[in-house]
Amino acid sequence: MSQVEFFQQLINGLSLGAFYALIALGYTMVYGVLRFINFAHGDIFMLGAFLGYYLTPRLMPHFPGALAAVGVVVVVLLTMALCALLGILIEKLAYRPLRARPKLTVLITAIGVSLFLEFGGQFVFGADPKSFPELIEDRALGSGALTITKGQVIAFVVTVLLLVALTFIVKRTKLGMAMRAVSNNATAASLMGVNIDTVISFTFGLGSALAGVAGILWSITNTTIDPLMGVQQGIKAFTAAVLGGIGNLPGAAVGGILLGVIETFVGGSSFSTYRDAIAFALLIGILLFRPAGIFGRMQVEKV
Amino acid sequence: MMKPTLLRSLVLPLTLAVAGLFTAARAQDVVVGEFASLTGSEATFGINSNNGLQLALEEINAGGGLLNGRKVKVIVEDDQSKAGQAAAAVKKLIASDQVIAIIGEIASSRSLEAAPICQSASIPMISPGSTNPTVTDKGDYIFRVCFIDPFQGTVMAKFALDNLKAKKVAVLTDVKSDYSRGLAQFFEDYFKAHGGEIVKELAYNGGDKDFRAQLTTIKGANPDAIFVPGYYTEVGSIGKQARLLGIKVPLLGGDGWDSPKLLEIAGNSLEGCYFSTHFSPDDQSPKVQDFVKKYKAKFNAAPDGMAPLGYDAMMILADAIKTAGTTDGAKVRDALAQVKNYAAVTGNITIDDKRNATKSAVVLQVQGKAIKYTSTVAP
Repeated sequence: MSQVEFFQQLINGLSLGAFYALIALGYTMVYGVLRFINFAHGDIFMLGAFLGYYLTPRLMPHFPGALAAVGVVVVVLLTMALCALLGILIEKLAYRPLRARPKLTVLITAIGVSLFLEFGGQFVFGADPKSFPELIEDRALGSGALTITKGQVIAFVVTVLLLVALTFIVKRTKLGMAMRAVSNNATAASLMGVNIDTVISFTFGLGSALAGVAGILWSITNTTIDPLMGVQQGIKAFTAAVLGGIGNLPGAAVGGILLGVIETFVGGSSFSTYRDAIAFALLIGILLFRPAGIFGRMQVEKV
Repeated sequence: MMKPTLLRSLVLPLTLAVAGLFTAARAQDVVVGEFASLTGSEATFGINSNNGLQLALEEINAGGGLLNGRKVKVIVEDDQSKAGQAAAAVKKLIASDQVIAIIGEIASSRSLEAAPICQSASIPMISPGSTNPTVTDKGDYIFRVCFIDPFQGTVMAKFALDNLKAKKVAVLTDVKSDYSRGLAQFFEDYFKAHGGEIVKELAYNGGDKDFRAQLTTIKGANPDAIFVPGYYTEVGSIGKQARLLGIKVPLLGGDGWDSPKLLEIAGNSLEGCYFSTHFSPDDQSPKVQDFVKKYKAKFNAAPDGMAPLGYDAMMILADAIKTAGTTDGAKVRDALAQVKNYAAVTGNITIDDKRNATKSAVVLQVQGKAIKYTSTVAP
């Protein structure tokens, strides 16, 4: 492998990892607060992509010429808002009534919600892949040996910005403090006057909004979207969250990027067929030595 | 006590009479089953081959049907472009719809699923467009009306050597698809045997959306062309990502590219690229032009390569039933095996001893927003 090729693969890996990271942030946040894996998260990512698909041709004509950038922001924000709303709605309808039940019940429900969204999506949008409209023209920047596209740069920058913003929300705001309190001990937090329902709704909304942005950014750089696109990305992002230490925000980001880079280097080697197998084998290896993930702390379950 | 008995004595003959009515109706129609990918990632294959088939069906029934005026009825099952669904669809068609023959599929992996089921039920199966050679190996009831990949692979390898003067070619295959792996193999065999060099061989999984890792490695190997024997959904994305990575050499492919969706997904990234397929609407022969005219009138779109294959499959089946004079599986099978020089839309079809059609292929090129005819290659 030449040096140029190595750096090009690194760029490919980092940008693929940025997507995984963005989706993983949502998984990890919900887990951090509720100790529950929201398997429908990958499907919110898919819905984000489809919202972008339907909103772009309807909204962009209202933002001609120089206003196009404003239009993009409007499309993205609207998608985020709708995804957030959907996340909150799913939590209210499907998970909240089961909150006092065993964790396994909620987990199975989450899988049910996920399947509902996937096949409901097939019913509503149709099962054939669709070509995502050019919300942002994804062109190569620079003409040297190394290329990076506009979409890739935007995805990476947005991921970093959102990670910073999220960390700020969790660490510095009152709602963030409440999130951490609920995560630490929900009963104690409610006794201190924290409204648990609000905190949980907020967490779901925030996580789903992130999945929505990820859906749009992914579709800009990867062209085709279909109702089952969330399955594979969801599993990858979930793995990234576990790898980084589930419940840990920077961990999710690092886990996502690591997974993206490993996958890309395997995919570019002569073992390209075993891309996923080798990536996941490496992850199992890492988890054997650090069962709580790279940034996770081991917790002793108290009886 | 009298009434119920009377009622019972009436019910049985009535039921029998009604059932007899339905059986009679069934015996009137010649029921053929079709399984196709009407939705999913190869949706245009299923939709367009089915369109072609429906066109043939209309003509057959308008011409008085088969076997002394019996109408032909086709029951279509959607396999959603998914592995496993094809077998389920065919089992349903045979067991519950009691079809006398089956037409399907384009994708070789799904035809390979269905073939053993048709074979063991002694139901003749005609694949309109599965080009992997192993499909008809499944038994003597399995036929096809298209050429096979040892031919198609050779056509493109020859094209790369002679027309493009390519010496070094990289190959990118879909590891999940029997079609893709087979076609790649036959391409490589011919290309290497005639002085070419395969500089890189990489694979992806059908359904993948990110191909940058494989393409970056291919770019590093500096090939003169890239052979991508995949299906149009992935090929479209591969084309787009290849250009964004600064790969400028042409991409080559097979009939898996032949879909109106290809350019919709690829944008202008496949400009100047070539693929081999069964048919070009630009072909000036009267048979083709007549088909194009009828197809446009009914579906308001130009036919791709899959549409005439569906048409030909249905027509050849009807022809065989006529020759056999019955819908009996074994007799229809024998009639199909004897098809010689049948003038089909996609060329003259002769079924060989391996139940494959021997006929020519065309090479098409992407030019702007259209796909243009460049040459015909005879077997």
